[in-house]
Amino acid sequence: MHEDTTSAVPVTIPGQHAKASCASVLAVEDLTVSIGGRLLLQGVTFALEPGQLCGLIGENGAGKTTLLRSLIGVQSSPHGQVSISGLVPRKSRDLVGYVPQKINFAPDLPLRVYDLVQLGCDGHRLGPRWFSGRLHQQVQAALDAVGAQDFAYQRIGELSGGQQQRAVIAHALARRPRLLLLDEPLANLDFRSANELAGLLGHLTRVHGLAVLVTAHDMNPLLPVMDHIVYLAKGRAASGSVREVVQSATLSKLYGYPVAVIEYGGRVLVLPHADAQVGEDGCYLMPNGSASGGQA
Amino acid sequence: MFETFMIHTWIASTIIAATAGILGFFVVLRRSAFAAHALPLATFPGAAAAQLLGIQPLWGLLGFVTIAVVLLHQLQKLGRKDVAAGLVLVTLLAVGSLLLSMTDSYAPAVFSLLFGQVLGVSAADLWPVAVIASVVLIGAMCLYRPLLLQSAFPELALSRGISAGVIDLLFLALLGLVTAMAMPVVGALLVFSLLIAPAAAAQSLSARPLQALLLAVMFSVGMIWLAIALSFWTNWPIGFFVGTMGALLFTSARMFRYIRHRWLSTGLPTTMKNQPMKLIPTVPPGEA
Repeated sequence: MHEDTTSAVPVTIPGQHAKASCASVLAVEDLTVSIGGRLLLQGVTFALEPGQLCGLIGENGAGKTTLLRSLIGVQSSPHGQVSISGLVPRKSRDLVGYVPQKINFAPDLPLRVYDLVQLGCDGHRLGPRWFSGRLHQQVQAALDAVGAQDFAYQRIGELSGGQQQRAVIAHALARRPRLLLLDEPLANLDFRSANELAGLLGHLTRVHGLAVLVTAHDMNPLLPVMDHIVYLAKGRAASGSVREVVQSATLSKLYGYPVAVIEYGGRVLVLPHADAQVGEDGCYLMPNGSASGGQA
Repeated sequence: MFETFMIHTWIASTIIAATAGILGFFVVLRRSAFAAHALPLATFPGAAAAQLLGIQPLWGLLGFVTIAVVLLHQLQKLGRKDVAAGLVLVTLLAVGSLLLSMTDSYAPAVFSLLFGQVLGVSAADLWPVAVIASVVLIGAMCLYRPLLLQSAFPELALSRGISAGVIDLLFLALLGLVTAMAMPVVGALLVFSLLIAPAAAAQSLSARPLQALLLAVMFSVGMIWLAIALSFWTNWPIGFFVGTMGALLFTSARMFRYIRHRWLSTGLPTTMKNQPMKLIPTVPPGEA
């Protein structure tokens, strides 16, 4: 009986509907992925410009990882257009840095953070590696960008989760990409590390002019630094600016579950709100009687 | 101990131990210890097949190792590496038992293929060892960086366009070559000891990839030298010495690392040392 149609229908958000412009680092148009007759992504369209931090929000199984895999050119049978600075994903590997979902680092792994970043520069090359000052500088620049100098010469497996995440981001930044894709970088991190990492991503967009696309199911740590949201539900996408999407009514409709947007200490927070009920007009009613219209 | 016939033994076992140390580094990194166990045992029926066909044993071994590598690679694609290695192992051992039942003259040779005949290496045996070792060395040198990245972080390698399937097949091919080269000299069980123990010990001692690789080679060569010398003096089987030394080496490396950790970091992991701990006062709900 739980027929939830709200999230399957694309939600139009007033204002900008992403269009591919020449300035875009990433332009996705009408991307559809289906495997074995099952639609994983359906007509996804959005664009990302330099210096923009975009959150890719959605429940588990909404197609976030499939979308990222299409952007790095390893997803089988994608239809539609993906262009990264005008190139197709398979030809633009130098322009894209990718941070996969939580990697399991064995404590015995004979690699330091420095070695991982070095592999980010030249891990795909054949033949032995000769010493080069340019390579060293490139590695140092990536370590500086993420603030990993303090633990650059430590074994990766012995670092904390937040430090490991920084190391992988430095690996992804090693070849100076224009677009950085991160898959659930904040999962399994404590409050402090999650906030620090969100701050780092904000810094990378503002100072280094990177375009960053980051997936998350908890958007709260990212809200202060994010300026664009692509929401995925059952393979369909709705996109808009944070101001447009982060509203109780919009989010409740997207999630198909009552969501409250509150302000606390100068910050906007998104919380699930199980006690709300659906009113006659289709809006969720909060327990204190107010409809979940705008921002509280 | 250094008579002419022993010189060949020293040369062959040094080359074999060095190449096994290099490939062992990647075996441990890729967590393919079971595959490294299955390949030599699945290969040894090759010698029986060669006997039946009347060809050189090395060709039989190379033929069977090729079958084993292709089977292993195809089965691994289904997702379970351990099950794939187990299936290849039992299937080819079954074939081996059939082939052995067909030749009566072969029984003593089975023992030497399992446990090796290090002390009976001739000059003619050296050539295949040298040629195959050079091929493996050049292959490992070419593949070093992609193989390192793919073994440690398959997901990161994939995003760089490094195909997991191609790397896996190339790695298994190199491992198969080492197996076929080493088996007539050191035996199926000893190849496995040389592949695992030195590399595992090296990786727990060094955090640098190249340093750990060289350390694995040094451990592996040192182990076989000591084992040959001890076997020569005591007349005990060489497999006994290599096997027990491998276990001892790994245990001592782990203990050394544990003690160094305890003494240097006074009980805390090094990463937690400089972080001050603060108690954060709780804000009662509703106070904004």
